[in-house]
Amino acid sequence: MSTELVDRVDSPVNYLNATSGWKSWLFTTDHKRIAVLYLISITVFFGLGGLFATLMRLELTTPQGDLFTSDTYNKLFTMHGIVMIFFFLIPSIPATLGNFLIPMMVGARDLAFPKINLLSWYLYIIGGIFALTAIVMGGVDTGWTFYTPYSTTYSNTFVMPAVVGVFIAGFSSILTGLNFIVTVHKMRAPGLTWGRLPLFVWSMYATSLIQVLGTPVVAITLALVGLERLFHVGIFDPAIGGDPILFQHMFWFYSHPAVYIMILPGMGVISELVGCFSRKRPFGYSFIAGSSLAIAVLGFLVWGHHMFVTGQSMYASMVFSFLSFLVAVPSAIKVFNWTATMYRGSVVYSTPMLYAFGFIGLFTIGGLTGLMLATLAVDVHVTRTYFVVAHFHYVMVGGMVFAYLGGLHFWWPKITGRMYPEAWARFAALVTFVGFNLTFGPQFMLGYLGMPRRYHAYAPEFQPLNVLSSAGASILAVGYAIPFIYFLWSLKYGEKAGNNPWGAKGLEWETTSPPPTFNFDHTPTVTGPAYDYDNREKEEGGEIG
Amino acid sequence: MPEFHLLPDAAAVSATGFDILWWYEVAVAIVMTTLIFAGVFFFAIKYRRRSETETPRTIEGSPLLEITWSVIPFVVMLTFFFWGAALYFHNQNPPADAMNIYVVAKQWMWKVQYPNGVREINELHVPVGRAVKLTMASEDVIHSFFVPAFRLKRDVVPGRYNEMWFTATKPGRYHLFCAEYCGTEHSGMIGWVTVMEKKDFENWLVSGGGEGSMASQGQKIFQQLGCSTCHLFDEQGRCPNLKGMYGSRVLLSDGRTVVADEAYIRESILDPNAKIVAGFQKDIMPTFQGQVSEEDILELTEYIKSLAETRGGMFTSEQTGPTTGGARGGSIANAGQGSLDTRGTSMTNQPPRAEANAQAQDASQPAAPKPAAPGGKR
Repeated sequence: MSTELVDRVDSPVNYLNATSGWKSWLFTTDHKRIAVLYLISITVFFGLGGLFATLMRLELTTPQGDLFTSDTYNKLFTMHGIVMIFFFLIPSIPATLGNFLIPMMVGARDLAFPKINLLSWYLYIIGGIFALTAIVMGGVDTGWTFYTPYSTTYSNTFVMPAVVGVFIAGFSSILTGLNFIVTVHKMRAPGLTWGRLPLFVWSMYATSLIQVLGTPVVAITLALVGLERLFHVGIFDPAIGGDPILFQHMFWFYSHPAVYIMILPGMGVISELVGCFSRKRPFGYSFIAGSSLAIAVLGFLVWGHHMFVTGQSMYASMVFSFLSFLVAVPSAIKVFNWTATMYRGSVVYSTPMLYAFGFIGLFTIGGLTGLMLATLAVDVHVTRTYFVVAHFHYVMVGGMVFAYLGGLHFWWPKITGRMYPEAWARFAALVTFVGFNLTFGPQFMLGYLGMPRRYHAYAPEFQPLNVLSSAGASILAVGYAIPFIYFLWSLKYGEKAGNNPWGAKGLEWETTSPPPTFNFDHTPTVTGPAYDYDNREKEEGGEIG
Repeated sequence: MPEFHLLPDAAAVSATGFDILWWYEVAVAIVMTTLIFAGVFFFAIKYRRRSETETPRTIEGSPLLEITWSVIPFVVMLTFFFWGAALYFHNQNPPADAMNIYVVAKQWMWKVQYPNGVREINELHVPVGRAVKLTMASEDVIHSFFVPAFRLKRDVVPGRYNEMWFTATKPGRYHLFCAEYCGTEHSGMIGWVTVMEKKDFENWLVSGGGEGSMASQGQKIFQQLGCSTCHLFDEQGRCPNLKGMYGSRVLLSDGRTVVADEAYIRESILDPNAKIVAGFQKDIMPTFQGQVSEEDILELTEYIKSLAETRGGMFTSEQTGPTTGGARGGSIANAGQGSLDTRGTSMTNQPPRAEANAQAQDASQPAAPKPAAPGGKR
């Protein structure tokens, strides 16, 4: 591979300016450019999903349904869910940071299948167009969960375009996962043994396993929904001989592991951030790596905890409850190890580290409330209420979005070659943290009080907490808007970043910022462990060329 | 504007049990969160970077520590698990003497019917201190019956019966919500559960009666649909004799046995060929899918229940066994139709007690589990 490399030493040519014109982007097979394409696309979807959320929070400031009709409100939360989950969270870290970093972290010039990588972006876009079509035509109102028989028989909205969109986007996810798995297996640089891989790669590897093994199941499920909706084949609707609970089993068999598709990459990012900004190898490397795999495996065995009140066998419920506690153990291991990494470290409060702090705290709350939901009798009361809404937003937003923002700040200098304004960035991290807690903290209380989710209008005694939540959402929106502005600003005016502004370890920091098209001028050889911050392998010189 | 509460009402035995577990878990969660936050803040401050050149020594990790912080939290989690499972188990198994009320959910209302024929919409009246079992069916999509003051909810799923039970403890009016998204007016599918003193409840119940008991309504439907031409009572018809059928174990033509409970009756009406009683033929009975509503089926069920024997125990006997399915197997004491108020006073009695049963006059005849007889020849 290295023989084909053009020598770019000291050349300002990088992946961003190597070629130009829209064709050079839309037909690129460079994993870094594809990552940027994804970054732009998911940002658009994030904005759209955020807009839906804003409108919902506006409606919910008063108990009466006075701003929108019930149908409109139902479409808002459905499209918020579909857009945020399938078109933002699932591709977020894997398709942007993962795409950008994995080849560099393993010392390769690209992913194993660069064209398939581009194909996956196109599939994502085609899926997204279908979803947008559903929205433009008039929306969908099934909830992102597409529960039957409502979705197959009763809903009069544009279910099919949305289902087809999610179906297609699923293949994008499968192909990305496949690409990562093969890349990690086959493209590691000489000397880069499994035990030397960055923890981000470990977590992305675990994520990819879930994407490849789980996503086909949701594809099948959605295909069956289409079959029943279009051709009245009785699969899920009991009126034509189907079983609505079967749908939930099939749906959650994917969608619970999908929760780990959404959080594992975030955990990988946090492992990198905590190590770098403590200037120390993460505590318990092998336990953090192993826990990612444990989560991937156990995550497939807990889907039934979404169904404790459906009437599924109570013995099945007990097994699912027990396994749900078991899957919490590897998550807890990670939290403890991140905290322990700072012990006797050299901690600096740069913006990415602030997001990591936020992640650890908020993910802990999300995880602990998850344990409450795994408790059978407790789940019966708070499931399908705002308690669940708060819980999964603590994991998905407090966890994943914080990790995504932390990672974006951390690798922004590598991706763009520019620094963002640090003071603004720290301020935004703080605003986001405050706004987030104000938005979703009160929802835990609403859930315990008994406010069901997906309610357009609600009982008047729930109003004070809803007003707090909406107020928090407006702060949160500011917290998101600030980075959006200064990231754009930094593209032109940001200080030039050096190759390694953080003093971080890892192969991606040993190439230029932004990196050349094929990442390295020479294939790097790895001679030491990852995160060798105190240079234990100094004498062997574990660096490029 | 109604006053703002930080705590929800607690108006059932299940709510009290829930709250103890709930606050235990909240306390554990707060302690754990505090520990983690404290650890993060303490380390972040104590080990903040003091010079740009400092390089901390690598600490590889500690398997002992990893095991410690895996095992200790897991043991705490096991207390969550066992406590929650025990409570859940209890809440899933209605006592045999629970008072039965039927709930039919449809977009977007709750229809409630009492065995004596009283009906209400978006209202449920129950007495204090008495176990109440709801048998719930949906006419369209999935709904979920949620009473926050009881800390209970149960999905109401089309195509099957789901049950929930509770014992209310505090008179008052409490929210009833639909908790599973069910379409346009989902958030309007709400109502009230009124918990009344026993006396008040009994007065309310007798004063509300409409067109006769559910069983008598069911009997009318039974005649109208022509069921009675094949399901004979005093001799063997083309179809099984239903007298004494309810709650008994039925031998099927394929060798399996099932308990003739509400779900079985419902299935046999809508899909008669699914489970053919041994000794009878397929395709005799047509499906009534589309001809009967869920409410009709519940009334037919009440009627068939009313044909059940005086409970003597013959049909249900010990094979129904560990009564894991709750009230189903041997529960029939209260399944006999008719006056709830009678049962209201008798609930403390032992179940095997001949209840005056309008329809089941000749108690002796159907004693032998009918279907079992032909089945025995197989």
